[in-house]
Parts: sequence; structure tokens; C-alpha cells
Amino acid sequence: MAFNYDKYLRLEKMPTLWCWGCGDGVILKAFIRAVDKLGISRDDICVVSGIGCSGRFSSYVDFNTVHTTHGRTVAFATGIKLVNPDKYVVCVAGDGDALAIGGNHTIHGARRNIDMTLIIINNFIYGLTNSQTSPTTPQGMWTVSQKAGNIDPTFDACALGIAAGASFVARETMLDPKKLEKIFVKALEHKGFSYLDIISNCHVNLGRKNQMASAMENLQWIDKITMPKKKWDELSVEEQKNIFPTGILKEDKEAAEYCDLYAEIIKVHQGKRKPLTQNDFAKKI
Amino acid sequence: MALREIISTGNDLAAIAAVDAGCRFFGGYPITPSSEVMHTISDLLPAVGGTAIQMEDEIAGVAAAIGAGMAGVRTMTATSGPGISLKAENLGLAQMAEVPLVVVDVMRGGPSTGLPTRVSQGDIRQSKNPSHGDYKSITLCAGNLAECYTEVVRAFNLADRFMQPVFVLLDETIGHMHGKAMIPTEEDVKAGIVPRKTFEGPAEEYFPYECAPDQPAVLNPMFKGYRYHFTGLHHDKKGFPTEEIETCRKLIQRLEDKVEMHKDELESYEEFHVEDAEILIVAYGSVSLAAKEAIRHLREAGIKAGLFRPITIWPSPAERMYELGKKIPKVLCVELNIGQYREEVQRAMSRLDIEGLFKVNGRPISPYEIVNKVKEL
Ligand SMILES: Cc1ncc(C[n+]2csc(CCOP(=O)(O)OP(=O)(O)O)c2C)c(N)n1
Ligand code: SF4
Ligand SMILES: [Mg+2]
Repeated sequence: MAFNYDKYLRLEKMPTLWCWGCGDGVILKAFIRAVDKLGISRDDICVVSGIGCSGRFSSYVDFNTVHTTHGRTVAFATGIKLVNPDKYVVCVAGDGDALAIGGNHTIHGARRNIDMTLIIINNFIYGLTNSQTSPTTPQGMWTVSQKAGNIDPTFDACALGIAAGASFVARETMLDPKKLEKIFVKALEHKGFSYLDIISNCHVNLGRKNQMASAMENLQWIDKITMPKKKWDELSVEEQKNIFPTGILKEDKEAAEYCDLYAEIIKVHQGKRKPLTQNDFAKKI
Repeated sequence: MALREIISTGNDLAAIAAVDAGCRFFGGYPITPSSEVMHTISDLLPAVGGTAIQMEDEIAGVAAAIGAGMAGVRTMTATSGPGISLKAENLGLAQMAEVPLVVVDVMRGGPSTGLPTRVSQGDIRQSKNPSHGDYKSITLCAGNLAECYTEVVRAFNLADRFMQPVFVLLDETIGHMHGKAMIPTEEDVKAGIVPRKTFEGPAEEYFPYECAPDQPAVLNPMFKGYRYHFTGLHHDKKGFPTEEIETCRKLIQRLEDKVEMHKDELESYEEFHVEDAEILIVAYGSVSLAAKEAIRHLREAGIKAGLFRPITIWPSPAERMYELGKKIPKVLCVELNIGQYREEVQRAMSRLDIEGLFKVNGRPISPYEIVNKVKEL
């Protein structure tokens, strides 16, 4: 039987404002299936989004939802999570949102390893505001702010997540909804900061001027620039440069989670344990 | 109301007041001269099961605090002028989405990095309009040590009553002042807590932003079966973005009117020797302490001076200022800025002949400077 999304959608908001063929809808559906698979109650999850086409995500799902300011998703979510450590908190942000204006919050959310899932919907462009360069826009592509070709070096979102300290880092594309659903399940189950680079299409604002004006052409390009990590590992360093590995890129189940650590701070101040010292961490690291 | 004696600093009293008033979350970033608020609350909050977090910058500090407020918890941030500049956009979101929050601003010299360790009252205007767009700020200003406590307590109740950020201004002198203060007992403060309204009926009938034109939103805590949407966009009764003309107009008008039409609940000021005054000094914050001292000297010298001290700075006690401005011949504003509140006094009193004694070099104003200025008039 086909999956029924109705229970999780704000049906009065349908159809979505996303362009026909936009990947954001595929990601939304996979996410809903993951929530359903895990049996998470709609009242136990909060979706926090930024500003952008991707930012619309929060208004479509029937959870506790927050549409924040541009780039600040993880910071708002941090407050929500710290006062509700037992609830699911999910951030949805665009590539510009999470990596440009909000880069600092992305870094520090990952560094704290606070238990939340960050879904970066990476379409390599500023979609909502019509084709300006994003940190992930490939060098040489046309953007409306760099019509002579983008000279800004291309950003690897996952490399940042790994370096910053997220304990779960993965990349998938909207080409394979089944894999997407699986990675969302894994990310939601993971205790700690789950950092997801979810590659999506924006044939309208990336594709049109870069020889992939149809969704299909944009998807073919995504297929070309991505490869499962196992296969990618076999490429030469030179070949690896132009391809993004997909799948789980980091998974550390031992890393201490921030809300758990804060619970220890509470114990200290309530006289239930001694203050933490470097030794408490030496044991873990 | 029973009082207790406490020896403390202004900044510490602000932190103690927050926790006594039921604050359970603090998000901040260090900045002189406000940092001690964070230092102290970082010990106090976990002791009562709350959370204090130093975020990566002021933007994140206020964002986390607003997030906790959205979740339903009493929440606070503390900073100084440069921090308010960074928090501005998110304060706008809290105004728009009607999220209660207390913002303690311990003022230092500006603009820019200015005079980090020195006193100023340069954030009077900033606290009125930190962010773009139309909304009505509520700003309280502590004029002595005890008020660092009582005004923070009041700010929490007002934030929940009006469902919006409430500023408490301290200046560096008051924030770092150390001494004895008589403050209400914890029991009295707890008994006086009026939490935000919540909706108890069936979820299908819950519309957080459907309220009377002069009333704030009714925002239930998260994760309790009432699912709705927060956004900084113009929104409808359920919180969803809309561009519908009437809905947009009504929303912004309501943000104005919920405060404007209930100014009487906010008004707070102190008058000192005003009844027979022939010269009225308008001063607030630490400057008012010097002004009181000056007035004692002036009265001894036979000069009938009095003080009007606004405690609620925004919205200003305009009606009362108007009455005083009608009958008192001379008015002098004394401020540690270049006349930011004088503009408001001129507006409220409908007269332009308001004298000024202003200082912007990071030094306090002494009682003798005020005495000399008054004698010149
Ligand atoms: C402070 C601020 N600066 C700029 C904007 C304008 N703006 C809105 S969305 C956006 C970029 C969107 O790109 P991305 O984050 O990649 O999301 P997408 O639309 O591609 O999903 C910009 C620049 C804004 N809303 N707020
Ligand atoms: S502009 Fe691009 S990202 Fe935005 S909805 Fe259209 S296709 Fe999707
Ligand atoms: Mg984008």
C-alpha cells in the first residue's frame, strides 16, 4: 500500500510553493517516512528551519515548527533542545543558510555535539533569492552575482561537519528516496549532532543558466558529481576532487552529547557530584 | 511586602532576580560591562535545574534564548550595546512572533566598541528600535541597586503579559555598584509571578494569534499537543505565513496597540521634590543618584529643584511629563549621552526649551556639575 502522508502534512498548505520538480518535496516525503518508521509522535518533534526555499519545509509538516531568521536555525534549536532534552529537534537549512550566513552556528552546534539533526538541503545556489552564489556553488558556474563565472572555491559541507566535531556525518542525494529515508532514520536515531548534506536540485535557479534547465538534466548532473563512499575511496586523489562521496562519512557513538554533559553540570551545582575536570574527559576521548 | 537585606552588585542582583522570577534558561556571550550577569546565572540556573549556555556570539545567545522562550520557558539574555546591535534581527523575530524574553543591557560607551569599561547611557534609542519595522518596545531602567532586582522581576512578568522582549537597562555604574540593597523576599517574588496565558481547550480550536486587537498572542508551550508555527513573516491566526492584506495590517496594528492601549500597566516613575519645584531635572539610571544629591544641595541653597525619574523608559510616562512640563518653568535633562531622552521629553512636554547636561566621555556626572548647571540656568 502506498504510504499515506496526510497525517504528517498540513494539508491546507498543499500544494507546496516549491517549483514543479524541486527536490525539496522528495526530501520532505522521505523525512516524513523516517519519522513514521521510528514511530515518533508529532508532539515529540520540533522542526526548525531557516530562510530560503528550504526554509518552507517547517510550515508543511504538522509538528511543532519554527521558521527562524536566515542562518540561525541551529542556534534557535539549541535553546529548544536544552530545555527539552528528551524531544527530537531537527534543523532544516539551505546551503547558504547553514554554510554562509549561519556557518558559525553550524560549526558550534556540531562542535558541542548537541543531540539534533541538521538537514542541509544543498542545491548549490541561493534558490529563493534567484541565483546568487552560495558557498557550495561549483567554481566556474554562472550565478546572477557572478555572471562572468563563479571564482569562489567550492565548499565541502561534510568536511566542515567532520572537522567541527559532529558525531554523525552523512551525505545523500534526492535521487534515491529510499536511501534518503534510511539516512534520516539513522540520523534521528543517533544520539549527538547528526549532520546531513542532502544534495538537491534547483533546475530553476541553478540549472537554467548552467545548461541543465530541466529537473532531469539537473538530476543527471547530481548523479555525475556524487558516488557512494566505497567506490569513491578507490578513485585517485585527482579524480576525488570533483566528486562528492555519499553515505555515512563519520559515525561516533561514543562521543559525549551536550545535554548529557549539561546534566552533569546540574549535578555539580546541586551538590551531587564534584566539578568536572580534564580527567573526566580524558577517559572518554 | 517583606524585604530582605542583601549585599551584592547590580549585575549579580539582575541574575539573582531572574532565577527568583522563574527564569530557567539563559543564552549569552561575554561583553563588558555585562559579563557578570552570565557568570552568576551560570551557577544559579543549574542549581535549580535550569540551563545557562555561553553561545558562539550574541546572535546565537539571543536565538537560543528565544528558542527556549518558544518552547515555553522563562528566558533571558544579557549584553551591552554592541551585543544588542548583533541581537537586533532576532529581537525583531521575537517581537513579530510574540515570544517573551528579558534582555538585560548594561550600557557602556558607544558607538562601536566605544569605551568598553566606562559608563554611558547610550542605548536609550537603541532599546526603543533595535530592529527594523513597526513594534512597540518595553524598556525599564534601574536607578539603584534594589531596582536591578525588582525591575528584572517586573520585566519577566511584563514579558509574559505582553508576549514580547522586555529590556532592562543598567548602566556600567549601576551594574558594577557594590553595596547593600533591600529587595523583596523570594517567597513574595514567587507569589507575584504571573505566567503567560495558555489555551486549555481542544487543539483544533487553538489559534495562538487569534486575539482581541489590543491583546498579545496566547502561545502554548511546545510538545504538549498544540502544534502551531512560529515565523518572522507576517502570519495568520495559526502562525502561518500570509500576505492577505487585512491580516497583515491587523497583525502589525495589534503589535502596536497591545502595548499602546495598556500603557497604564507599564508606567513607572519616581518623583523627588517635584510638588513645589521651579526647576525639574529629568534623569534616570545612575545619573539620578547624582541628581538627588544635587537637589539636596540646591534646596539648601534655596533653589527649588526636583527630580523626575522615568523607570519605564519606553513607552515613556508621557502624560505625566506633559503635566509637569506645563507647570514647571525650567526643565533640565541630565544624561550620559548627547540627549537621547531629551528628544522624548521635548515630545512629551510639547516644548523645545529643555535644557541639557550631557556627558559622552565615559565619566559619570557629579552632583556638583548638576548644581553648577542649575545655577547657570
Ligand atoms: C539577514 C538576511 N539576509 C538576506 C536575506 C535574503 N535571503 C533569503 S533566503 C537567502 C538565501 C537562500 O539560499 P539557501 O540558503 O541556499 O536556501 P535555498 O533557497 O536555496 O533553499 C537570502 C540571501 C534574508 N532573508 N535575511
Ligand atoms: S527555486 Fe529552486 S530550490 Fe526553490 S523551489 Fe524552485 S527549484 Fe526548488
Ligand atoms: Mg540553496
